[in-house]
Amino acid sequence: MKTLRIGGGAGFSGDRIEPAVDLARDGDLRYLVFECLAERTIALAQLAKKQGRSAGYDPMLRARMEAVLPACKRNGTRIITNMGAANPEAAARETVSIASRLGLAGLRVGWITGDDVLLLMGSIASADPREQLVSANAYLGIEPILACLLEGADVILTGRVADPSLFLAPMVHEFNWRLDDWPLLGKGTAIGHLLECAGQLTGGYFADPGLKDVQGLDRLGFPIAEVDENGDAVLTKLAGSGGALSIRSCKEQILYEVQDPSRYLTPDVTADFSTIQFEEEEQQDRVRVRGASGTERPEMLKVSTGFSAGFIAEGQISYAGPGALARAELARAILAKRLGWIKSGDFRMDFIGVDSMHGSALSDPLQHPYEVRLRVAGRLFAEGDARRLMHEVESLYVNGPAGGAGVATGLRESIAMDAAFIPREAIKTRVELEVAR
Amino acid sequence: MKLREIAHARTGDKGNLLNISLIAYEEKDYPFLEREVTAERVAHLYAPLIVGSVQRYCVPGLGALNFVLRRPDSESVTRSLALDAHGKSLGYVLLNIEIDRE
Repeated sequence: MKTLRIGGGAGFSGDRIEPAVDLARDGDLRYLVFECLAERTIALAQLAKKQGRSAGYDPMLRARMEAVLPACKRNGTRIITNMGAANPEAAARETVSIASRLGLAGLRVGWITGDDVLLLMGSIASADPREQLVSANAYLGIEPILACLLEGADVILTGRVADPSLFLAPMVHEFNWRLDDWPLLGKGTAIGHLLECAGQLTGGYFADPGLKDVQGLDRLGFPIAEVDENGDAVLTKLAGSGGALSIRSCKEQILYEVQDPSRYLTPDVTADFSTIQFEEEEQQDRVRVRGASGTERPEMLKVSTGFSAGFIAEGQISYAGPGALARAELARAILAKRLGWIKSGDFRMDFIGVDSMHGSALSDPLQHPYEVRLRVAGRLFAEGDARRLMHEVESLYVNGPAGGAGVATGLRESIAMDAAFIPREAIKTRVELEVAR
Repeated sequence: MKLREIAHARTGDKGNLLNISLIAYEEKDYPFLEREVTAERVAHLYAPLIVGSVQRYCVPGLGALNFVLRRPDSESVTRSLALDAHGKSLGYVLLNIEIDRE
């Protein structure tokens, strides 16, 4: 039976590059998929594009493409990625120029547009009147990717596409699955969902020393699926790479970011993961997956809407040794007064090392930590106000409790995301292609 | 004993929804999890951080429970001012509970 080998080359925009290079070189892959577009990333990209600060595609596009294109071209591995972000066309043109520079003449680079529905969704408002709508991107499914594959694209750049669809499309294309064979599309979606976070399937985001030990996380290998035409697959990784692919890591990942496991909604299918089965093969790091299913796809498409929500300013300062917590508490009291002009819901302070992760109510009482780091974060809509918060933390050096040390401050633009829905007929996608010379 | 001795967990997020999977290391322990770790118990445990009730989905085939918690709108991933805006560390609150086993 024909087996299709698909690799997961990135699980987020900032992911490591070498594991994908290893996959491209040694993975014997027909497809290598890079999922690099978190919910908020596309809104940040839209904003950067609008302000002329960037072209709007993934900032690591060039580094990733330069690293993997030669091996992919040599081995006949097609690339599918949402690194197009807010500007798939510019990402594709950049990829074409990289290919030309690398001597990869003839490389066919396709791109997909149509996910940007800001003009259709212009009337949507946030619950907070201070927030401004800056982006609206519909989650596209496999159809435009299938069209692009039919055009013979070697590399496909998309904007917002449902993550599992990036992986399902090549399965449907290679095996000629029907677009209404819901159980089969559900199985393919399950495989896509398992691969989409790359290293999170192979031992990343998993290790817990003494309970769940994983070797070689410093050289974690990314996953490969060997899919057959019935939608069953073996999940594996390159021999010699770090990490561990086990039933346990698969169980964690199949439920990751899932609500009802029997109804996982994508543009392509309502997938059912509740009946999935994993079985470890004799050989290490090989897990067989079967048993997922699916029912009809949802009528509406999800739209991710992004709102400009001012700035988040942050400052931190540490206290150590005897009385550390008391001095940190004093610093907090000073800042509560100095920054009292910030709206209460837009401001928080935590003690790192004491209660910053789970809040004071859930954290084990720790009376005498050796060192405490006070963290202050505020949402401000004027950059000057944001800088004032940072300055207040910094000025504690001289004006605050004894021994304050190691101040760090930071400022970032804040984008808040909401979800909306749109009828799929309202979306017009377009597929284009350019060949490197 | 602590729950983490018989089960592992992974935390994920979608907007202001948080999901925490709880997976028995050994499938024989699944019925115990299903009986002891109820939606109400989880809602009570996370009460300071969430709003509304907790949804629990049972996946016996995986020996797993999946809990869906709702955080206040101000604490959605992209609006939260918290150090752990995603809530990625929150599964360890659940794994830390004491359980009583024969």
